[in-house]
Amino acid sequence: MKIMVAVKRVVDYAVKIRVKPDKSGVETQNVKMSMNPFCEIALEEALRIKEAGLAKEVVAVSMGLANCVDTLRTSLAMGADRGIHVEAARELIPLTVAKILKKLVGVENPGLLILGKQAIDDDCNQTGQMIAGLLGWPQGTFASKVVLDKEKQVVTVDREVDGGLETLCLDLPAVITTDLRLNQPRYATLPNIMKAKSKPIKKYTPEELNVEIKSDLEVVQVTEPPKRKAGVILSSVDELIDKLRNEAHVI
Amino acid sequence: MHRFLSISSKSTFLRNRKQLHLPFTCPISCATPNGHSCFHYLNQKSASLGSRIGLHRLFSSGYFPNRFNLREHERDGNGFLRLKGLVGEVRSFSSEADRESIEYDVVIVGAGPAGLSAAIRFKQLCQEKNADFSVCVVEKGAEVGAHIISGNVFEPRALNELLPQWKQEEAPINVPVSSDKFWFLTKDRAISLPCPFNNKGNYVISLSQLVRWMGVKAEELGVEIYPGFAASEILYDAENKVIGIGTNDMGIAKDGSKKENFQRGVALKGRITLLAEGCRGSLSQKMMKKYKLRENVQAQHQTYALGIKEVWEIDENKHKPGAVLHTLGWPLDSKTYGGSFVYHMQDRQISIGLVVALNYHNPFLNPYEEFQKLKHHPSIRPLLEGGTVLQYGARTLNEGGFQSVPYPVFPGGAIIGCSAGFLNVPKIKGTHTAMKSGMLAAETTFGVLHEGSNMEAYWDALRDSWVWEELHKARNYRPAFEYGLFPGLAISALEHYVLKGKSPFTLKHGKPDHEATNVARLHSPIQYPKPDGILSFDVPTSLHRSNTNHDHDQPAHLRLRDPNIPANVNLPEYAGPESHYCPARVYEYVPDEKNHLKLQINAQNCLHCKACDIKDPKQNIEWTVPEGGGGPGYSVM
Repeated sequence: MKIMVAVKRVVDYAVKIRVKPDKSGVETQNVKMSMNPFCEIALEEALRIKEAGLAKEVVAVSMGLANCVDTLRTSLAMGADRGIHVEAARELIPLTVAKILKKLVGVENPGLLILGKQAIDDDCNQTGQMIAGLLGWPQGTFASKVVLDKEKQVVTVDREVDGGLETLCLDLPAVITTDLRLNQPRYATLPNIMKAKSKPIKKYTPEELNVEIKSDLEVVQVTEPPKRKAGVILSSVDELIDKLRNEAHVI
Repeated sequence: MHRFLSISSKSTFLRNRKQLHLPFTCPISCATPNGHSCFHYLNQKSASLGSRIGLHRLFSSGYFPNRFNLREHERDGNGFLRLKGLVGEVRSFSSEADRESIEYDVVIVGAGPAGLSAAIRFKQLCQEKNADFSVCVVEKGAEVGAHIISGNVFEPRALNELLPQWKQEEAPINVPVSSDKFWFLTKDRAISLPCPFNNKGNYVISLSQLVRWMGVKAEELGVEIYPGFAASEILYDAENKVIGIGTNDMGIAKDGSKKENFQRGVALKGRITLLAEGCRGSLSQKMMKKYKLRENVQAQHQTYALGIKEVWEIDENKHKPGAVLHTLGWPLDSKTYGGSFVYHMQDRQISIGLVVALNYHNPFLNPYEEFQKLKHHPSIRPLLEGGTVLQYGARTLNEGGFQSVPYPVFPGGAIIGCSAGFLNVPKIKGTHTAMKSGMLAAETTFGVLHEGSNMEAYWDALRDSWVWEELHKARNYRPAFEYGLFPGLAISALEHYVLKGKSPFTLKHGKPDHEATNVARLHSPIQYPKPDGILSFDVPTSLHRSNTNHDHDQPAHLRLRDPNIPANVNLPEYAGPESHYCPARVYEYVPDEKNHLKLQINAQNCLHCKACDIKDPKQNIEWTVPEGGGGPGYSVM
């Protein structure tokens, strides 16, 4: 069985971001980029399944500009067997990513598609659910535990939901999105990084896959959240009602 | 060519650890078998490591007594001594059964200006002479440039020799120096002084960006660069020759046990190993101690300064690209050497910083707070008002110059760049000399590998080069300030305008920095103003801007040789100076359950500046390298 993992190159989580002066987005020039932490967890899970002997191959996919290849190389260094890079000149919205993934699934035929639950730059939390919908596959999102049963061709997923943990049993092929507590990703060791240089990365363009890149969304403005104002101590309930009605306009 | 060695077979360890105390002048220290603290292994039960449990590191005294009493000590060009073999020390070498070993022809520790210049130069020579040698550069920062911070007014002399086409190849060197000012600050005023610098032909740059570009150039030439890997130990063969470095084990928890993602470090073996770790490099320090590299050429101890810097984005109409300003005086007093700088880069960005020499006397001095004070000076604050801080960082730099350059060659390799110490203090520039030292080492290394010559030729090459000439001319400026600020200025003026570097004497450095701290009862605590959040900030806010991070679940990389000294010496006698000088608030004295003040080490904050390793009065703090990939994330510093 093949496992496909989608990874995204995002601003590193430890970097202090700032908004561009023209408010069109977050400053990404000269800023450290790395693999989305949830994607790392997804890749780690795929690698563990492969190491348990339940899968033959792990394929990492990334979409975007040429520098995505860095993220794919990291995936290969962690242990993925092959990389696929879909070149796209612009930021892709989750629906487009899902459509492209659908075409790639058609080419590669994986038994399991694992993604991070969301990317830390846009926090959309949409791609996994959309691709499951497009493919008609069962989905186990926010996974905190994944157990694959190869014989029965099912995967049991513990999901972190608001009420606690929910356990689902999904028929393969399925889509899983990973949450933080699923595993601790491994480090890419130096010898593996060196070996990864010779692993293949296949390039596609969206045209080849017959996917039209059009965005239904337009980013109008990006601003920093307003600075927290100091709290105000009130002296009576009447004052509170007055402020809630006339200043905060919530009643 | 490098090839992978499969996991080496279990070989016997030489287990003898003897510490010999020869007459006091040369204490020898014996490291653990792999030169690496064995803290990691405390919890392991495996047989081969079992005998390591309970052993402790033996450290030499850590400072070099100032034995040089001659007033007119002249460093003679051909007066160096051959390296003496170590007497009586029995070495044990590292050959763990479970560590992978990769071989290269040249291994370079540190992807900074010196390391990358060496790598580039070496590959250029390979291309010229059609030789095929492999070069590997390991860098502890998460990416090339992440740990690079410098003023920086760049003199392109070395780059012109290394990559003459840098302009066409779009090096990030775009802002020529347009004005050069020098002020003496008092609390309220700024007095213009004649500018002692000549920055014609120099550029205002971000060194972090330049190093990033150099990394790309190096990779184009076939250099393999691996950021995120920290060289934590030196590897030796049976004859005590350096054969490479070992990287850190990753995935060890705070208590020393292995986490689920534990990865053993890797042994990177090189026929020649070049250490380019920057100022006070941890491995370089070990080399200098072990092979007595300073004693061999009668070099003085190194002296240091701590530089704290911010990059601001300011109002368009206040920004003058290429403007260079240096100041002396306030907020530092006349007994403390140091000064500030403001450099205007491009894109409305400016670098502003304060450099404080670490031989200051007052244990309560807080260089970070002095820097915050500086920004409020009436001549500085208008520039910053309306601007935002982009990044913050701090790093020590060497000021010892000519008198402190050690013999930079050890069996199996050499020390290059600021790890040896080639900064030209009166020019306040060290990048060009660091790069040149890397290039000279590369040329010697190529000679060694290609023609079988000797690495000792590097020392000769250094002394024949413009680096030596420059450092020699600049040698008296900094030591002159041992006599105080105004005598120092007077002697410097004499050197600069009258003697022009031809002085017949060579002044000496005073005490080593850590010995210069007075006891706390001779001073009173300094009251620093509270940060206003607009021009001045508290440490956590600034730290956030340095993008510093370490995996918190790892053993603290700041080691106390004697865990009792902070409570018994540092706190009562010196009022805990580490809690004052550390620019990242790593060291804090907090009350424990019994309400006694105890030292708490917040290693996760560390900016890798090395101030604590330098300034701790009893040299009790040892900076060791944490897991690779941690530390600051500078991009425009």
